[in-house]
Parts: sequence; C-alpha cells; structure tokens
Amino acid sequence: MATTTEAATGTPRTRTRLLEDERWLAFFLLMPTIVLLALFIAYPFMKGILLSVTNTRVGVPGEFVGLAIFEKVWNDGIFREAAWNTIYYTAVTTVFKLALGLWLALLLNRHFRGKAFIRAFILLPFIIPTVLSTFAWKWMFDPTFSVLNWLLREIGVIDQRINWLGDPDLAMGCIIAVNVWRGVPFFAITLLAGLQTISPELHEAAAIDGANARQRFLYVTWPLLLPVTMVVVLFSVIQTFADFQLVYVLTEGGPANATHLFATYAYQIGVRTGLLSEGAAISLAMFPVLFLVVIFQLLYIRRVETR
Amino acid sequence: MARVLLRDLNKHYETFHAVKDVSLEIQDREFVVLVGPSGCGKTTTLRMIAGLEAITSGEILIGDTVVNELPPMDRDIAMVFQNYALYPHMSVRDNMAFGLKMRKFEREEIARRVKIAADILGIESLLHRKPRQLSGGQRQRVALGRAIVRNPQVFLFDEPLSNLDAKLRVQMRVELKKLHERLGTTAVYVTHDQVEAMTLGDRVVVMKDGWVQQVGDPLELYNAPANKFVAGFIGSPGMNFAAVSFQREGDTLLAVNHGLRITVPAPIAARLNGHAGRDATLGIRPEDLHLAGPDDDEGHCFEALVEVIERLGSEILLDVKVGPASMVASVPPTVRTRMRDTIRLALDPERLHFFDAETEVAL
Repeated sequence: MATTTEAATGTPRTRTRLLEDERWLAFFLLMPTIVLLALFIAYPFMKGILLSVTNTRVGVPGEFVGLAIFEKVWNDGIFREAAWNTIYYTAVTTVFKLALGLWLALLLNRHFRGKAFIRAFILLPFIIPTVLSTFAWKWMFDPTFSVLNWLLREIGVIDQRINWLGDPDLAMGCIIAVNVWRGVPFFAITLLAGLQTISPELHEAAAIDGANARQRFLYVTWPLLLPVTMVVVLFSVIQTFADFQLVYVLTEGGPANATHLFATYAYQIGVRTGLLSEGAAISLAMFPVLFLVVIFQLLYIRRVETR
Repeated sequence: MARVLLRDLNKHYETFHAVKDVSLEIQDREFVVLVGPSGCGKTTTLRMIAGLEAITSGEILIGDTVVNELPPMDRDIAMVFQNYALYPHMSVRDNMAFGLKMRKFEREEIARRVKIAADILGIESLLHRKPRQLSGGQRQRVALGRAIVRNPQVFLFDEPLSNLDAKLRVQMRVELKKLHERLGTTAVYVTHDQVEAMTLGDRVVVMKDGWVQQVGDPLELYNAPANKFVAGFIGSPGMNFAAVSFQREGDTLLAVNHGLRITVPAPIAARLNGHAGRDATLGIRPEDLHLAGPDDDEGHCFEALVEVIERLGSEILLDVKVGPASMVASVPPTVRTRMRDTIRLALDPERLHFFDAETEVAL
C-alpha cells in the first residue's frame, strides 16, 4: 500500500518542491511578463536598431551600412524640422496642459453641487478614442464647413474664412489646441487625486499661521503636489513626444511638413515611402531624448520623495 | 492675551443645527474646556472662534474686537489640531517659523522665538528633523511649539491629545497644564474626555446636541450637576441612576422603587416638596456608596446582589443589582465579597441627587 501511494504522488511532489524553491517560483511568476515584454518591446526595439544600420527598403533585404543612414537622416532638412516641431509641440502643450489641468484640479477640489458628476464629465475628452475625437476636430477646422469660422463670422470677428489646417502656423496651433484639449483631463484628474491626499487641516493651519491663499498654494499645496506633478509631466512628455494619431488624422504632417513630428515623419518615410531603414533611424532618434527625460525625472522624483 | 466672548452663537449646516445659542465669557488667562460626546458642537464652536467655520448668527469677540468677519490670520489666535497638521515637507524649525515668516518677522527674531519655544518644550535636538521622523508625542510638541512662537492672544486646542497612547496622554496633560501656568495665555480646549476636561479646565463647558448643558469649575460640575446628562458625563465610573417615586410618611419624604426605600434628608426634601407623588430619577455616585455598618441610618441602606467584582488595586468596583436597576459601588480594596453574594450598601445622604423624570433637570 505504502509503495503505491508513493508512486502515485511522486510527480506532483517534485513539481510542488520545485515551486517551493523561491528562485523557480519567481521565474514561473515572471514568465508571462518576460514573454510579453520580449515579444512586443524588446524584439521590435532590437529589430529597429538592426534596420537602422542597414539600407533595407520594402522588397529589398539591404546590407549593413553602419551609421550611413543616420548621417543621411541628420542632414535631412525635413527631419530637422520634424525634430524642432516635436520639441516645440511637446513643450507648449505640456505647459498648457499643466497650467490648465492644475487650475481645473484646484476648482474641482472645492465643494459644489454635482461634484461627482462634473468630475466624471471632465474625463470625457480623455475617454473618447483619439482618432474619433480628432476627426470631429478635423470637421471643426474644415475650411468650408468649419463651425469655428461660422461662429467667428456670426459674431463679426472675421469676414474671410480661415483655412485652419492649411496655414503652417495655424496648423501647428490647431494640433497644439487639440492635444491640450485631450490632455487636460488626465492632468486635472491626476492632480486632483494628488490634491486630495493633502489634508485640509494643513490649509487651515496655514490660514491661521497667516498665509493668504497665494502663499498657501505656494508653500503648502505646491510642494506637496510636486511629486505627483512630476509623474504626470513625465507620462505626458513621453506620450506627447511620440504622438502620432492626432497629427496623422488632422494634417498628416502638412502643410509643407509644418506639423511633422518624429512619429509621423518616421511613418511617412518608413511605411509610406518604403525606406524602412530611414524610418527606423528617425524613430530611434527619439530614444536618447526620451531616455534623458525619463532619467532626469525619475531622479528628481526620488529626490523629492526622500526629502 | 485677551478674553473671548461668545454671544448667542449659532451654526446651521444645510439640514443640521450644530451649535445652538451658545453664550460664554472666557476671562483673560483662563483655561476653558469644551467637553461633550461627539456631535455635540464643541469642535464647531472652536472652529468658529478660529474663523475656520462661518458663523450663522451671533457674535464672537476676541479682546474687544468683533471677529465675525475677520479671517483666521487676523484673529491673533493659534490652534493645535487633533492630527497635529504639521507641514510634512518642512523641518521642525520651519514648521515653527512658518507663522512668523508669513507675518514678516525679522530673521533674528524668528530664530530667537523658535529657540525659546524649543527650550520650553524640550525639542531643541529635533529642529532639523522632518515631522515623519518624529513620534506622536514629539509631533504634538512641535504643534504646540508652532502655537507658542506666535505668542497669540488665544490658544485653541482641538482634541490635541486624542491620538496619543494612554500613558503619553496623561504626561502631556500635565505638561499642558504647566505650560498654561507658565505662559498664562487664554486657552479654549476641546475634548470628549471628561478626565482631561476636569484636570485641565479652570472652567468646563459641558455640551450636548449643540446646547450648553452647564458651565462651571470642575468641582461644581461634579458636586452639583445641573441635569442628568452632566451628572452621568462627569465622573468615572459614571453616576448611578434609579427611577424612584416620592412617598410621604409622616414628616419624612421617601424615595421608593422595587429595591430602594431611601429617606430623603431634610434639606433636600425641602427642595422637593412640590414633587411628592411624582416620578424622579435618583442619582448617587459609586464613590458615595459603601458597605453598610452599624452607624448607618436604616433609611439610607439597601440590599444589593453582587454581579461582577472589578479589582482595580486602589479600589474595588462592585457591579450590583438593586431591584431592577444596576449600580456600581466603589469600595476599599480590603472589602471581601464574592459574586452572587447579597450585601448591604449604604449611601451618603448628603451626596444624593434627584432629577426630574421628564426634563432631567436637577431638582
């Protein structure tokens, strides 16, 4: 009898013993994540690097050419314009998103009727798929059917239709406006969550200590909100820097490359034109910048948190 | 330093009347404690004095100024909060200096005042630390320090000791008392702990449901409670109550129920004349009961069944059944008795209290 039992439970026992070893257990638990990361992050990233050092085109396998493609891209005027556009676009939208989001968060942090409803409502631009809402914006910017033009004409501000997306400067303004519209809710809700972790007693103590509203914000709210702010800005900068859908739907990088960003230009060159290596090189050009941004902000967050 | 005057103070929230017609005169240098169960309006009253709650009606004067419309910073008060409310991103020194910086004090003066306060509170060695590196008691000291450096007209305390453990609470209570002796600043202190109220207050204000029940010095509240609520709230363990009716037997007035037949002493009886034949509540504190001896008048003794014996060391608390009512008697630790024993207890007739059965007002 005893031998039978032993034989029957032999296999499960070894398996259990294997899982009781922490190293094996850790490996098993990490497996799904490792596979996913390898498949969808590491492999494309490596493939991108490999592509960028060859002269691969669609249908042409290509050979190793070293950094020749990078050199070519570096000397490409449109690439430089796209790089500048991306930095400009990211900087301006982040400033506006932070300012408006913080303002909105401070308002939402007050007590008023229908607070919960309004807070949920605020999130709408963020919830709607970007492509859908951007198409709606595209209609609003349409030279012929623009509701904005109609409105401005009705109230007598203009008498000529404005070609919102046809003018290089206006087009950049338009994509910035739409990005801000879409990004503010994320800032507002996250900062609101941050604000709610700050005890109201601190504001009362500061009020009794003689701080006016501006000083209470400056010396109490802002320093305590800073770690959350840095995290939000970090996420936003990364997302905005690599933005694609919004520009692709509204302008496709036009007019005259005035609104090309890294991602749209990489797509234009790599997929539309079929110059896979150059597309990969343009995409990779984002990497060092974002890497530095992430390092800087993570260091900053750590400093604030251990303070 | 200044007196504080509350005149017919009311606070209405949308559907809730939190503070009702509170009038109170707090003298210069006085330590007044507002005490009551949660929701009695004591904290709301304090917050109205601080300027953190709007006043629905009535008036508050600090010194000779009506402060109803003044923001907190212009009232020259300092407040110590229940959760300390220290600025977590500032050092202890900066926490204490913040109020002075906001008021544009000279740097040297700030340093001088912070040092003095830190000396008084014994926190000189903590000045560079952040609040989260401090224990509860240390945080409480820093919160006190932040109030002291400002040298305000009035200190407001909102249950400052309730987050401390029992031992530390007793220790801080003593220190607060000393601090008040030393500084002499007018203080308004809110607590739900009657022991804190009795030990700290020059005068104690007992509140319930937004009404002031009684104002008096601690012994006044203990010896002559104005109503059944105050009688039960002040003192630990609480006063015993028993429903009785009055009967006249010749010249004597008796308070009677199923287990009691108590002769009411003449001076109290004189006050109760109009109540003969009506129902009332008899009140007697546990410490005013003792085991009956040969000297005790038969009219002040009664039989009791011992249900629980609580030995506290310095005294024994007997939970007893007297007729249908439960009572607690505090007896010396030398008393030997067992559960389920029937014993004879006697009460101190001078210490009897009677309350109207309906209005609960002291008779």
